[in-house]
Amino acid sequence: MTNIDRSPNAAAEPQTVRLDSAKLGYAGFISSIAADDVAADGGINSIELERRLLEMGFVEGAAIEVLHLGLFGKDPIAVRLGDTRVALRRREAHAILMSSTAV
Amino acid sequence: MSMASGSVADVPPLRVALVGNPNSGKTALFNALTGGHQKVANYAGVTVEKKEGLLTTPSGRRAMIVDLPGTYSLRARSPDEEVTRDVVLGRLTGEPLPDVIVCVADSMNLRLVLRLALELKAVGRPMILALNMFDIAQKRGLRIDVENLSKEIGAPVVTTVAVRKRGLEELLKEIDAHSAEYTEARHLNLVAPWQEPSAAEIRAMHREAERILKAHVKPPERPDTLTDRTDAILLDPVVGILALFAVLFVMFQAVFSWATPLMDLIDASFIWLGGAVGAMLPDGLVRSFLVDGIIAGVGSVVIFLPQILILFAFIILLEDFGYMARAAFLMDRMMGVAGLHGRAFIPLLSSLACAIPGIMATRVIDNRRDRIATIMVAPLMTCSARIPVYTLIIAAFIPRETVGGVFNLQGLVMFGLYAAGILATLLVAFVFRRVFWRGVVEPFLIELPSYKIPDPMNVARNVWQRGEVFLKRAGTVIFVLMVIVWLLSTFPMAPAGATKPAIDYSFAGMLGHAIQPLLAPIGFNWEMSVALIPGMAAREVAVAALGTVYAVSGADEGGLAATLAAQWSLPSALAFLAWYVFAPQCAATLGVVKRETNSWKWPIVMFLYMFALAYLGAFLTFNIARAAGL
Repeated sequence: MTNIDRSPNAAAEPQTVRLDSAKLGYAGFISSIAADDVAADGGINSIELERRLLEMGFVEGAAIEVLHLGLFGKDPIAVRLGDTRVALRRREAHAILMSSTAV
Repeated sequence: MSMASGSVADVPPLRVALVGNPNSGKTALFNALTGGHQKVANYAGVTVEKKEGLLTTPSGRRAMIVDLPGTYSLRARSPDEEVTRDVVLGRLTGEPLPDVIVCVADSMNLRLVLRLALELKAVGRPMILALNMFDIAQKRGLRIDVENLSKEIGAPVVTTVAVRKRGLEELLKEIDAHSAEYTEARHLNLVAPWQEPSAAEIRAMHREAERILKAHVKPPERPDTLTDRTDAILLDPVVGILALFAVLFVMFQAVFSWATPLMDLIDASFIWLGGAVGAMLPDGLVRSFLVDGIIAGVGSVVIFLPQILILFAFIILLEDFGYMARAAFLMDRMMGVAGLHGRAFIPLLSSLACAIPGIMATRVIDNRRDRIATIMVAPLMTCSARIPVYTLIIAAFIPRETVGGVFNLQGLVMFGLYAAGILATLLVAFVFRRVFWRGVVEPFLIELPSYKIPDPMNVARNVWQRGEVFLKRAGTVIFVLMVIVWLLSTFPMAPAGATKPAIDYSFAGMLGHAIQPLLAPIGFNWEMSVALIPGMAAREVAVAALGTVYAVSGADEGGLAATLAAQWSLPSALAFLAWYVFAPQCAATLGVVKRETNSWKWPIVMFLYMFALAYLGAFLTFNIARAAGL
C-alpha cells in the first residue's frame, strides 16, 4: 500500500490510509472495505470478514477515529466509529481503508 | 374486540420476543417487564439459556416475553445468536414463532440497531421498536422524531427507560392495540423466506439506516465525554493494564476473604445439622446415609455458593458498567499468544472460583473451536475446591517461615500453585489451538459500550439467577455423585471386630488398593489412593476422605494435618499438591462439559489429558524432590 503519493495531482486526491497503519488519534472516514487484502492464513474467509465488519458498522462513509492501541504490538486497536466504539485486531484492521475526507 | 372469541383464560398468551444489540439494555427491559415472574431454562437440544417471563397487559391479555441473546445481525455467528435467528424465523423445534418482535435499541446508539431493525422487518413478523435508555438521549440533547421514524420504518416506536420502569405501559399498550391482529395472523405462521444477506445487501441496509437517521435524528448536543475520559485512563496501554490487575486483585480478595465468614457459617451449620440429625438416630446405615451422604453432600455444594455469588456479582457489575469489553481488549493480545480469544479471559477468570460457571460463561465465544479450547483448559485454573486440599497439605508440610524478609513461605507456595495452574492453562490452550487445531482464527471484533452506572436491582436479579443455576444444575449432579461416592465408601461394610478403618473394606478401599501400584511411582501410599476415589465427586472431598482413611474426625483439620505430617514423606506431599494442580477428578465439571459440548468426546478427552498431566506433574515433583533429598 502507498502512503506516499508522488503523482502531480496528489494534493487533489485525499490520501488513503489503512487502519492498521494509522497513527493514534487519526480521524477520517472509511473509504472502502477490502477484506480480500487480509492474508488468508488461518483467518475467516474474506466474504465473511467483509460482512462482519459491515455489521459492526465499518461501512463506507462512516466517520472513524483511532482512540486506543493495545500495549503489546499496539494491538488490538480501539476506534470511534460513528456513535459507537469498536475494538478489532491489527490483522483485520488491514481491510479498512480510510481517507481524511468523506467519500 | 380482542375478547370476541371467548374469555381471557382461553386465549393462549401472546409471544413477544425481545431482540437487540448487546448492551442495548434488553435484559433490563426484560427484567422491568416481567419482574420476578421469570424462568431460566435451556433451549431444547442446545445449551443456550432461555429466559422467559409471563405478564398481563393493561387489557388483561397474558403475554410471554422471551429475552433472546443479543446480536448485531440475524446472520448468527455463535450458538447464542443462532437461537435468536431460529426463534425469530420460527425454525427452532418446540419454539412457536413470536407474535411480535420488540427490537430494543440503545437510543444513543441507533445506527447499528436500525440496520438490525430493517433486517428484522424484512422477516415479515410484526415489530415494535423500543428506544431504550431514552432518558440519557434526552439528557444529551439527542432529538429523535419518533413519529416520523415510526412511519419510515413501518413499525410502532415507543420510548422506554427500563431501569426506571418508564415507557413500559406504552409498550404494552402498543402490543395490546395490535393483539387481535397478532392472534389472527398466528395460525398463518407467516415468515418471509430468509437467507443470509450478502455484503451488498448489508451495505444497502446501512445506507437506508443512515438516511433514516439523518432525516429523523439530530445528533446529541452534549455528547458523552465521560466514557472518553474514563477510557483515557482505563484503556491506556500501561495504566489500563495496571487498573485491570487492581480490579482483579480486589475481586479475588473479595471472593476469597469476604466469602470466608459465610462459608464458615454454612460449614458450621451443616456440621451442626449433621450432628443434630446424627444424635437423633441410632448408629447405623440410615444415620450414615443421612449425615455423611445427604447432609454432607448438600453441604459440599452449598458451601461454594458465597464464592460463586460474589464472583458473579463482580462479573455482572463489571459487565453492566461496560468494563468487560475493555478487559477483553486489554487481554486479547496476551490471550492470543496462547491461541485464545480475548473473550476467553472472562470465563477463565471465573474458573478461578469454579470451573462450572467458567465453562457456562464460554457461551459468549462465537467460534466453536475457540470455545471448546477454552472449555478444555478452564479446569486447569485453580478453582476454590482445591483450596481446602492446598491449605491442608501446606499447613502440614510447609513451615511458617519468612523468606527474603517479607514473603510468607506458605503464601509463596500457595501463589506458586496458582501460577502453575495459570501457566498450565495457557500452555495447554496453546497446544490445543496452535498444534492440534490450526484452524480458522476468529477475528476479535467487539463493541466498547458507553460506561453506565449499573442498576442494583438488575445486578441482584442476575446474580441470584446465576446462584440458582449453580444450585440447580451443578448441585443436582454433585449431589447424585456424592451419594454414589457414599455408597462406594460404605459398602461392603467392615466385618465385626475389624481393626482397620471401615473405608478400607469398601469398594472405594478396594479401588484405592487396586490403583495404588499405578500411583506408587508418583509417591502415593494406599491412603492417598483411596482418598482420590471419593475425591472424584468434588476435589475438596479428598480432605474429608483423608480424614476418614486416617480415622480422624473430619472437623478436626489441625489433627489431620498433624497426622499427615507424621505419615507422609515431604516428596509424597509435594507430589499430592502437584497432582491437585491438574486433578482430573471433578465429576461435576465433566458433567457440565458433556452438556455444554453435547458430546461425551470432550469430557473423556479432558479427563485423560488432565490425568496424564497430573500423573506427569506428580511423578516429576516426587522424583525431583526425592533426588534433592527433601
